[in-house]
Amino acid sequence: MLIGHQPKDFLLAVSGLTVSFDGFKAVKDLSFYVEENEIRVIIGPNGAGKTTVLDLICGKTRATSGSIQFRGKELTKMRENEIVQTGVGRKFQTPSVFEDLTVFENLEISFPRGRTVFGSLTFQRDQLVKDRVEEVAEMIFLKDKLNTYADELSHGQKQWLEIGMLLIQDPDLLMLDEPVAGMSVSERAKTAELLNRIIKNRSVLVIEHDMKFVEDIAHKVTVLHQGQILSEGTMEKVQNDPKVIEVYLGH
Amino acid sequence: MIINSRFFNRSELMGFIALAAVLFVILPLTLDVFRLNLVAKYLTYAFVALGLVLCWGYGGILSLGQGVFFGLGGYCMAMFLKLEASSVENTKIQSTPGIPDFMDWNQITSLPLFWQPFHSLTFTILAIILVPGIFALIIGTAMFKRRVGGTYFAIITQAVAAILTILIVGQQGYTGGINGMTDLRTLKGWDIRPDHAKIILYFVEVVLLFVCIGIAQFIRLTKLGRILVAMREQEDRVRFSGYSVANFKIFAFCMAAVFAAIGGAMFALNVGFMSPSFVGIVPSIEMVIYTAVGGRMSIFGAIWGAILVNFAKTSLSESFPQLWLFGLGALFIAVVLAFPNGLSGLWADYVQPRIDRLFASRKSKSDWSGNSVADGAAPAE
Repeated sequence: MLIGHQPKDFLLAVSGLTVSFDGFKAVKDLSFYVEENEIRVIIGPNGAGKTTVLDLICGKTRATSGSIQFRGKELTKMRENEIVQTGVGRKFQTPSVFEDLTVFENLEISFPRGRTVFGSLTFQRDQLVKDRVEEVAEMIFLKDKLNTYADELSHGQKQWLEIGMLLIQDPDLLMLDEPVAGMSVSERAKTAELLNRIIKNRSVLVIEHDMKFVEDIAHKVTVLHQGQILSEGTMEKVQNDPKVIEVYLGH
Repeated sequence: MIINSRFFNRSELMGFIALAAVLFVILPLTLDVFRLNLVAKYLTYAFVALGLVLCWGYGGILSLGQGVFFGLGGYCMAMFLKLEASSVENTKIQSTPGIPDFMDWNQITSLPLFWQPFHSLTFTILAIILVPGIFALIIGTAMFKRRVGGTYFAIITQAVAAILTILIVGQQGYTGGINGMTDLRTLKGWDIRPDHAKIILYFVEVVLLFVCIGIAQFIRLTKLGRILVAMREQEDRVRFSGYSVANFKIFAFCMAAVFAAIGGAMFALNVGFMSPSFVGIVPSIEMVIYTAVGGRMSIFGAIWGAILVNFAKTSLSESFPQLWLFGLGALFIAVVLAFPNGLSGLWADYVQPRIDRLFASRKSKSDWSGNSVADGAAPAE
């Protein structure tokens, strides 16, 4: 790799990333690069630091040292909402939707307009917003539930709704934390179909345990173990890596 | 299909009409001036409750220091009135005529600099809004930008209430101390004490209250209102949807402060004095109780809460002065445990369905089509 050449090629460049919680290093000197339109899956045993890596990228956790460059912009110094506005979207592990609001309102809040106090006071629900909300609602299989309050949705539907909320933001980098966890078999198949549709024209960073699902979607897999990269490459390469088999896949 | 084109849905409209009828027509026709003036006093707390609905009910920010803003608004108004009441003519027996009496008693010989602008009514009206607004902005910025929230925020607001009380009591010569500012007489030469003035002030206050209701309802219906609800539930999700959560909290807190201040200013006008006993911890908590009893999620509920609890306070403390505080405490516990949405929650659960059924049956008789569940549905015409 040529110095000075990297930031242009990669959408996301994580280098030397370290975070320590009271001396415990959850992520140690981690470096990895995500290209435009790449689907990267992060796997690894519990406590490997997968969720922490996503927390660091989206600004929920502050890095102790290292850098995260997104399209050449340093994310480690930005606030969460600024990171979102740069084009990074994050889905949490447990579905976090606004249960006291309807599906429509949930999606509308994520529509990238009127994000300041004044902007949200003067925000108009115009045709553009309505069309976009309906378009996304159709993609996430919730078109006939627009007026339903989110607390009446099933677990799987809430996961879809949160994915939809990210989709409406139209991020360049989409980060998903276990998107199919806790879903039924049919919901899982629908989610895979949904993800395959929405990953076009953007990069996706996914944490997932379901190996079948990983195989279906991953371009490249990163295996994390104790905060460090154990192996990286295609699914095939990773699956045959003896180190990976020992700590993770062998179980 | 999903357009909230109407300002009030049907049950809110009924709440609006009921409140307007009671405050504009029924009470003025049935109560004597003394009782009507008491209602005016209760209504000053309705402003505070209205602010708490936005800030606490919607935004989930519990402030136990609304008395601070009520007090700041009240003191701004009282300072103007006190200056007018302290004309050289009225105070010629003082050693320094032309300054408020309490200053003279405390050996102050000239009007302090920060009192000077309160000779102007325009400045006073601006100050009633801006002083509490800016103070809330400072507290809010300091707390919410650092992500101080929940109980910690509540405790800090309570501490601010305690500090302000101590400050007011301690600075007797500038504030009137524990007695507050009494003997307020005229507003631009218009005597605020006689019965006809009390009646006019009552109506001015009710009109102002309805203006504030309109503002609160407007905020509730904008996307900002929905963001407040969203923030209360999933703060992180709002943050990761690209919003600066702190700014929205600051806004809600400032709005609540301004509403409380308007209430405080009306208190000084209607009751004719202002004292630190409306600033401290106890009144601040009482204000939260009014809101909780009425229903913190409901604009009209909270206003009824302020009126009814205060009415109960007056009637009970007239006959059982010691029992009242226990009663208030019990009421608060009952609300938290048994009906967390307060009176408006009870109304929505038990009374509203009956009314809806009544409407529904009447509708089907007259073949007036359209669904009766008004929540956001298009108006049936």
